[in-house]
Amino acid sequence: MKTIGTIQEEIVEEFSLFEDWMQRYEYMIDLGKSLPLIAEEYKTDSHIIKGCQSKVWVHAELEEDKLNFTADSDAIITKGIIAILIRAFSNQHPKDILAADTDFIDKIGLKEHLSPTRANGLVSMIKQIKMYAVAFQTQLN
Amino acid sequence: MFDVNQLREDFPILSRKVNGQPLVYLDNAATSQTPKQVVEVISDYYYRYNANIHRGVHKLSQEATDAYEKARATIQNHFNAAHPHEIIFTAGTTESINCIASGYASLLKKGDELLISALEHHSNIVPWQMLCEKTGALLKVIPMTLEGTLDMNAFELLLNSKTQLVFVNHVSNALGTINPIQEIIDKAHQKGAKVLIDGAQASPHIKADVQALDVDYYVTSAHKLCGPTGVGMLYGKSALLNALPAYQGGGEMIATVTFEKTTYADLPHKFEAGTPNIAGGIAFGAALDYMNGIGIETIARYEAELLAYATTALQRIDGLKIYGEAKEKTAVISFNVGSIHPYDIGSILDQMGIAVRTGHHCAQPIMDFYKIPGTIRASFSFYNTFEEIDRLEAGIRRAVAMLQ
Repeated sequence: MKTIGTIQEEIVEEFSLFEDWMQRYEYMIDLGKSLPLIAEEYKTDSHIIKGCQSKVWVHAELEEDKLNFTADSDAIITKGIIAILIRAFSNQHPKDILAADTDFIDKIGLKEHLSPTRANGLVSMIKQIKMYAVAFQTQLN
Repeated sequence: MFDVNQLREDFPILSRKVNGQPLVYLDNAATSQTPKQVVEVISDYYYRYNANIHRGVHKLSQEATDAYEKARATIQNHFNAAHPHEIIFTAGTTESINCIASGYASLLKKGDELLISALEHHSNIVPWQMLCEKTGALLKVIPMTLEGTLDMNAFELLLNSKTQLVFVNHVSNALGTINPIQEIIDKAHQKGAKVLIDGAQASPHIKADVQALDVDYYVTSAHKLCGPTGVGMLYGKSALLNALPAYQGGGEMIATVTFEKTTYADLPHKFEAGTPNIAGGIAFGAALDYMNGIGIETIARYEAELLAYATTALQRIDGLKIYGEAKEKTAVISFNVGSIHPYDIGSILDQMGIAVRTGHHCAQPIMDFYKIPGTIRASFSFYNTFEEIDRLEAGIRRAVAMLQ
């Protein structure tokens, strides 16, 4: 199994292959299409991430000792962003998720190419993923 | 002679690049750009005569006071107010509205009614809701029609002898609809109600004559009409402003102060507590001079051509729906394409250097009415060009192709 760090490096490398941000946006849109979708029953207010201007729902489930994330959004680019995060953090042990750096986001240059509201939303998504990890780590202990 | 290319040279910001592309600035309803002439007035103030006003004995203070009061006179003339002291400098439209709402807290009683329109900006909704909570007055809403205009029949039915105040924007920020404010003012007055018009979106395109309108209160912000942010005005009829309690306590707004009792200064100072935004006030005057130098009617005529051209261009795009189709509207197009989220299109346009607004435009009730999360809003100014509209059309087409 790949570590979070390895996956993040892969993502950074993929993003570096593109010449401009239009291509990166196209790539994010594609990634959004492969997002593991949240079950409709979880698309409730308690799964909404606050701080995003488009709607984003994230759900986490523990399978043995690994945490798996599903999500959805009503905006396509937002789906791409959450797909990148889920690829980095899904199917990992909660304690690894908690310990993981998130500086790959800065390395991609994603934040500075998002509108301020979307950049805030991105921070909220990371926070939510970490919160799930805290909750499930407690459960495992 | 109106020459857009020559006018654009007054705005250095318009020649910058964004994400490697020449900027196309179509977010003018949020804030307009500032011409060199206005920026120079601000720097001139700080370089040559920065001083506190209305109380210094020295030369700089006198020059600053004169410039500030001259700006007040410019604003008075522009809106054709009867007296300069009917023009109160504020931090902007929102503060102007809050000033009136706060004043009415002691004038309203339980059961009084306030009428607002369904087309309002949050800043013209929330202060009145707070006022109603304080006083027990009832807030009633003039409904809107599908094409984005006010339902005037419903307005007449809602008006009654209990109606104390009516608040309507001159132009809707989300849709660009120009509201029939003369009719609203006349009908409200027949029932004895006072009227506040939020002119923030109208001021860059329409010259309001407050005496001809017989409006009770008219408010706007300088930054919508080529002035700086953080300054605006509250026009009110003398008799009404005199009867209204002061908004904030402090220096400048007093006549005498003892620990037993303070007497308030006369208008306009009663509502201008503390050291004001002096450079901003002076620049507000300069911005009106700049706009009037071109001519508001000339501006409106050119913007109408831009609007017609842009409406035709955008309507050629498959699945594009325009919200707000009033016959009378300013150069604003609010739209969505199919079921694509407005943020998605806005983000991609930004990558192409095209600045638009996306979201609910601080008018959530309008979005709820259309059952949409928001729109993309392109708002045009006299310094925009037909070529920029071509780039907008091409940009939307490219974004849609990527997102579908």
